Amino acid sequence: MNDELVFHFDVDGEDFTSAGQASVMVKKNLRRLGLSPEIIRRVSIAMYEGEINMVIHAGGGVADVKVMEDRIEIVLTDHGPGISNIDMAMQEGFSTATDTIRTLGFGAGMGLPNMKRYSDTMDIKSTVGVGTTITMTVNIQ
Amino acid sequence: MKISTLKELLDAQVLTCEENMGKHVYSACGCDLMSDVLAYVKDQAVLLTGLVNPQVIRTAEMMDMICVVFVRSKMPSEEMIRLAEESGIVIMLSNKRLYEACGILYSNGLVGNKVKP
Ligand SMILES: Nc1ncnc2c1ncn2[C@@H]1O[C@H](COP(=O)(O)OP(=O)(O)O)[C@@H](O)[C@H]1O
Ligand SMILES: [Mg+2]
Repeated sequence: MNDELVFHFDVDGEDFTSAGQASVMVKKNLRRLGLSPEIIRRVSIAMYEGEINMVIHAGGGVADVKVMEDRIEIVLTDHGPGISNIDMAMQEGFSTATDTIRTLGFGAGMGLPNMKRYSDTMDIKSTVGVGTTITMTVNIQ
Repeated sequence: MKISTLKELLDAQVLTCEENMGKHVYSACGCDLMSDVLAYVKDQAVLLTGLVNPQVIRTAEMMDMICVVFVRSKMPSEEMIRLAEESGIVIMLSNKRLYEACGILYSNGLVGNKVKP
């Protein structure tokens, strides 16, 4: 890979049915680049969980993915309610999702822990009432 | 197990990607909670579920699964069919319940954990 490759997506917060579209697109593009299936899967799952979170907790946002020589960076930015206690939100099983979200198959409180597990670095910046920016990187070995 | 065998065992109707019926699968998972699929699935290539929305197909795509079985004959939407076609995922419809469908496949050798020859 010579040049840096970037993808930008608007993530619609109104429509749960379309949630995950950006992640599917990224996955298809990474496949085309011929990256290893393991790397592709880690990026996809981490991004998908983050994208779903933006839709169900933050009313949507934007996703930026940068493919660099040694790593892939995923930045998810929203202007939702923010996360007041990040340590608590990171715990497995912690969720403020509504029953409606649960009937749609999400809201088990595994998203953030999963994002951490599948990425090599993860940084959460969040301000209550302002929004959340999550930056994840996955190394390409 | 071939996907075509799975279809016969579950007495299922195939809605997408008929061309992939000859592919082999070695393990499966039965789940209505996509959060759990994303957190716990490893190399299971088949997802059996009673949940019907586009996130099921996207979750399967993220997990590199190649076959989704909707139990109790729940009909997927046109959007879901399109998503599955784009991703090469075989969608099947079985009128069996989740527990029964999983039991049939399990007892015919399709395990829950990753076992590859
Ligand atoms: N982008 C976000 N904006 C606001 N809150 C969030 C965001 N992402 C996660 N959260 C909070 O962190 C909690 C845990 O997230 P997660 O582990 O993905 O579980 P779940 O999405 O199943 O609730 C959520 O229930 C929510 O309260
Ligand atoms: Mg989540």
